[in-house]
Amino acid sequence: MSDTMTEPATGTAGRQDRDHAGGLATQGLAVGYRTRSPRRRRANRPVLSGLDLEARAGELTVLLGPNGAGKSTLLRTLCGLLPPLDGRIRIGGTDLAHQPPATLARRLAVVLTDRVDAGLLSVRELAGLGRHPHTGFTGRLTAADHAAVEWSLKAVCAGHLADRPAAELSDGERQRVLTARALAQEPEVVLLDEPTAFLDVPSRVALTVLLRDLARDKGLTVVVSTHDLELALRVADAVWLVDRESGVHAGAPEDLIHNGAVAAAFDADHLAFDPASGTFGLHRTARAHVAVDAPANVLPLLERALAREGLALAAPAEPTADRKVSWGGPGRLTLTGPDGQVVRVHGFHELTRAVRTW
Amino acid sequence: MTLTSVAVPDAPRAARPGRRRLAVVLALAVGTFVLFVLTLATGSHPVPVADVVRILFGATADDPRWTVIVEEVRLPRALTATAVGAALAVAGVQMQTLFRNALADPFSLGLSSGASIGVAAVVVGTGGVAGSFTGNLAGLGRVGVVIAASLGAAAVLALVLLLSRWVKSAVTLLVIGVMIGSAATAVVGVMLVYARPERAQQFVMWGLGSFSATTWPDLQVMLPVIGAGLLAALLTAKRLNALLLGEDYARTMGLNVRRSRNLALVGTSLLAGAATAFCGPVAFLGLAVPHLTRVALGTSDHRALVPASMLAGAFLALACGLLSQPPGTDSVLPLSAITSLFGAPVVIAFLIRSRRGVQGVAS
Repeated sequence: MSDTMTEPATGTAGRQDRDHAGGLATQGLAVGYRTRSPRRRRANRPVLSGLDLEARAGELTVLLGPNGAGKSTLLRTLCGLLPPLDGRIRIGGTDLAHQPPATLARRLAVVLTDRVDAGLLSVRELAGLGRHPHTGFTGRLTAADHAAVEWSLKAVCAGHLADRPAAELSDGERQRVLTARALAQEPEVVLLDEPTAFLDVPSRVALTVLLRDLARDKGLTVVVSTHDLELALRVADAVWLVDRESGVHAGAPEDLIHNGAVAAAFDADHLAFDPASGTFGLHRTARAHVAVDAPANVLPLLERALAREGLALAAPAEPTADRKVSWGGPGRLTLTGPDGQVVRVHGFHELTRAVRTW
Repeated sequence: MTLTSVAVPDAPRAARPGRRRLAVVLALAVGTFVLFVLTLATGSHPVPVADVVRILFGATADDPRWTVIVEEVRLPRALTATAVGAALAVAGVQMQTLFRNALADPFSLGLSSGASIGVAAVVVGTGGVAGSFTGNLAGLGRVGVVIAASLGAAAVLALVLLLSRWVKSAVTLLVIGVMIGSAATAVVGVMLVYARPERAQQFVMWGLGSFSATTWPDLQVMLPVIGAGLLAALLTAKRLNALLLGEDYARTMGLNVRRSRNLALVGTSLLAGAATAFCGPVAFLGLAVPHLTRVALGTSDHRALVPASMLAGAFLALACGLLSQPPGTDSVLPLSAITSLFGAPVVIAFLIRSRRGVQGVAS
């Protein structure tokens, strides 16, 4: 479907080659708030500005950044809930500012952070609310509308929930159904503001992977803001990363890990990003080194347990370490302390308690 | 992921909600008609039901006095109860969706009190209340009272809507509504000092609420206004549905939220204003009926909820009207006393049952 999009209706500004068909793109976008001060009326307070971002159709784009960096402001502006302070937002080459709300609603749908009170609606009726921009004056659903609702529920694996009352859903199910409501609008672009915020880990993974698959299979442009950094870096096709200086970096997750943007945005006193594993670790300088004699499959676990107590593994070629831990079979560990005392412990918990005094 | 196949056996069940809604609407329609006829038949001079039906369809009754009683006294009363019940119920539906607050209705948020100020202003100014004061009132006076009451209701509704921008808790908003109501009552009290004593006395009677004070000329004003308000509500059902998930979602679905809010504001004010102008402030009808109807229908879909609430409102108003005039006696109980007696328990039950109510309904 990506080749059938019409050419942009407005202007022929120089950078149209960047407007991917069906995708979402911003040019020189500034987002923020308009404040009215008593002296200077309508002062703009931009949170982020000069944004040239692009989310491609068929890809999952993840918006990352520390709290208060402006993720929600950017997303609400892209939704059309906040007016942009400057610049343009385009969907498939059409400027968003020139679209009446009802037309826009057929191209862009959202899942917001607010917890909705569905009242006495069934799951099918809740998803059916998404048909609003497609139905006529009375809001009656035609056969085609019903088909679109069923399709959207199946797409989020919620077909079996259709007749359940929406108020009785679990958090994970509710987010899937709200995503179905957005899909029922049959949009090209779906924006989701922290959809995984209230979910447990399995539901987070399931929803994020589902969104990526939706983008791939249905050719949708999906933009998600999230705090779930490690998962996002693993699943996302592209990342928009808002750093502490209100700059936005865009690229594949690996690009941003490689150029240090992720580490710069999130590293804190106790947290350090490890580019090799793509995960965060506790950042602490080791107070001592320990020689370890253990099989390779246990080694990472020993390293984690020791790191929690401020100890690092000594390099194998380094014989000077007087502290020693050796693995003598399942759960049996022999420890040699700095004073030469030998202790036998069972399990990691006893290990960490024993080495705490080293 | 393979669970989607389970949807197939569910398909027959999908047809059921529609049938249930139809059954509820039909039952309400029949019940309303029965109560309507009963209202015409009972009173200090009972009229046989067969004669009531005969009079309704234009035939002559056995006793010509019955025709006069039914046509001149009881038909206006029954029509008033039907129209006002429907009006308050639909106003309640609109307000509950507009505020996303289960406890909103014209009475609880002070609209009736605002309408009272409007009525009091007319009473003090020109000396007449529609309904209770049928004697020396020209058509313009009636229209004036309705306009004043609607403006008073609209002013309070606009104020509460403004406050609801900052107040997110439903219970807090309710307390604010009660406060606005007391303030309005105080204003009315001060105004009445400057009214002639017999006018003030009649105003107090009006304040107790009654369906039986309206005459045909009153109905000529009230029925078109309420009819327009009900029609507007039916036509905006789609907008109200979009607002079910909140204003942000509604906006992203292409709804012009400000226009929808203004439409609902005007419609609700007209309905509450007209109802209050002729029947006095009627408590709880607008609050309880939408809840009972939602539960009966099993849905919050306004395309079913608005028409069903009209019928349920008319049904309950007729029932309360019958109860306020116990058969075989000449005494008339205040209408608001009856509606409060069944309305207050509904609110209390709702607050106890709803976890969100316990937590202050922070939405």
